Amino acid sequence: MITARGLTKRYGDFAAVDGIDFEVARGESFGILGPNGAGKSTTMRMIAATLLRTSGDLTILGKDPSKEGPAIRAHLGVVPQQDNNDAELTVRETLYVYGRYFGLPRSYLKPRIEELLAFAQLEDKRDTKIDALSGGMKRRLTIARGLVNDPEILMLDEPTTGLDPQARHILWDRLFRLKEDGATLVVTTHHMDEAEQLCDRLVVMDRGRIVAEGTPASLIREYASKEVVEVRFGSDRNAEIAPLIADIGERAEILPDRILVYTEAGEESLQAIVARGFSPVTSLVRRSSLEDVFLRLTGRTLEDE
Amino acid sequence: MSLVTRAPAHSPEVDRRAARRGALFVAEYRLRSMWKWRRSIITDGLGNPILYLTSIGLGVGSLVNANLGPTGIDGVPYLVFLAPALIAAAAMQGVMNEIMFPTLAGFLWDKGFFAMRATPISGGQIADGLLLAASARIVFTTVVYWLVLLAFGAVGWASALTLIPIAIVAGVSWGAVMLAATANVKDDSGFISLAMRIVIMPMFLFSGTFYPLSTLPLTVQWIGWISPLWHATELGRWLSYGMTMPAWQVAVSTSYLLALGVVGIVLARRRFERRLTS
Repeated sequence: MITARGLTKRYGDFAAVDGIDFEVARGESFGILGPNGAGKSTTMRMIAATLLRTSGDLTILGKDPSKEGPAIRAHLGVVPQQDNNDAELTVRETLYVYGRYFGLPRSYLKPRIEELLAFAQLEDKRDTKIDALSGGMKRRLTIARGLVNDPEILMLDEPTTGLDPQARHILWDRLFRLKEDGATLVVTTHHMDEAEQLCDRLVVMDRGRIVAEGTPASLIREYASKEVVEVRFGSDRNAEIAPLIADIGERAEILPDRILVYTEAGEESLQAIVARGFSPVTSLVRRSSLEDVFLRLTGRTLEDE
Repeated sequence: MSLVTRAPAHSPEVDRRAARRGALFVAEYRLRSMWKWRRSIITDGLGNPILYLTSIGLGVGSLVNANLGPTGIDGVPYLVFLAPALIAAAAMQGVMNEIMFPTLAGFLWDKGFFAMRATPISGGQIADGLLLAASARIVFTTVVYWLVLLAFGAVGWASALTLIPIAIVAGVSWGAVMLAATANVKDDSGFISLAMRIVIMPMFLFSGTFYPLSTLPLTVQWIGWISPLWHATELGRWLSYGMTMPAWQVAVSTSYLLALGVVGIVLARRRFERRLTS
């Protein structure tokens, strides 16, 4: 469905996307994980054929977006990072108007809109103005809007950023249904839980480059240990204690507020730390996540940009 | 029913239609959005001419006519002199609402143009569609204005064929210019009120609207010369009551109005396309 080779976007001297390679197959749910400014949205806009690449090859649905933008966009569904619906229109009008942009006839749109309202759980809100919807409803509407043309690829840029936990779970449930239906999804996110929930395969981007690629599980296996011990000794003592306990696990990371010790057996490692006479203010043993993968690859946390 | 991977909604024919008619779909959306404001559009369309014609046309007019006799300025009653200017000014002012607000909204407020641009529609088609829908508003405003002028006895029936088309051309051309200008606005703080204050008001006041441009000192007459309103007004006066206008000036004024429109839409299309793809 999508093939990128050496894909690059430069703004003057600055490379927002710096020579990346990836492929997305039909029916796959592909994630682009990275902090803000990593080049995720720029990559998405190039795939969406709304931003021209500087160099490299990019093929979407067998076509070159520099030459056949409209023909590609006709078969894509795009859910932008920020909802961009006209606040004056109703839910139904929004879907109708958007369908018209694809040249779809009324006879197709009428039943299609009913399906989409059901999918987005907005049947009771069909005649409500966008202004009066909650954040979660607006998001679901934008996703429904992205499906109006029955797209071959649905692109979601930070689909749940800014939503409360309940709204996020409703949205994940909807997206998961699409995945089960065989949709091809391309998702960007800086939430590792979202990537773990939605993506079959993902790339980790940092400063315009792909730094790792794999399934969520394989990335964790490859770049992190099975478990992590998080210990806090107070911000002034963390740096001082870290070298003294680093050998307990496979590796340790010092963050401003805590030390992470990567280990195969978390509880035992924590006991070992205590046995050396260090008693942390707080401690936590957990499984490794994509956050740890990211920290390992870039030396930074996902959320701190 | 499954939401994806069914029989595709798109035949190549649907895709081609979308690519061809994009501007119409954008205009369809704009008209739908304008329909929600129909009450204020109608109130504005009727209220504006009634207020102007009563206060200035009749009020100031009686003073002018009393001083200069019933043949007022240019050998015609004041209201007749005023009518071609007011109808063109109304068209040009009316178009502003349908150009500046949706353009700022589309680029900055709700970013709706970026949603449109994610479909087969091009940036140029968005610009065309906006101007097309705004033209519908101009036609409405102009026809209503003309009917009120008729009711006030300021124009005769024949002027429908002259004043209305001139006002529409002036309105659409001005709309194209404003579309190109607004498409460059990166930060909306005060753009609309600034445009009103330093462009629209001076243009309205210094375009020979209320008295012949030649009565102004030369130092400010140039405002009239570059003002599309002055050119539209001169053409209107020439055609409606036979004000003397040399042939070269008719040619210059007509070309000027048309050229503004062409340059405006060309620049607007280019700006829209660039801004939505970078």
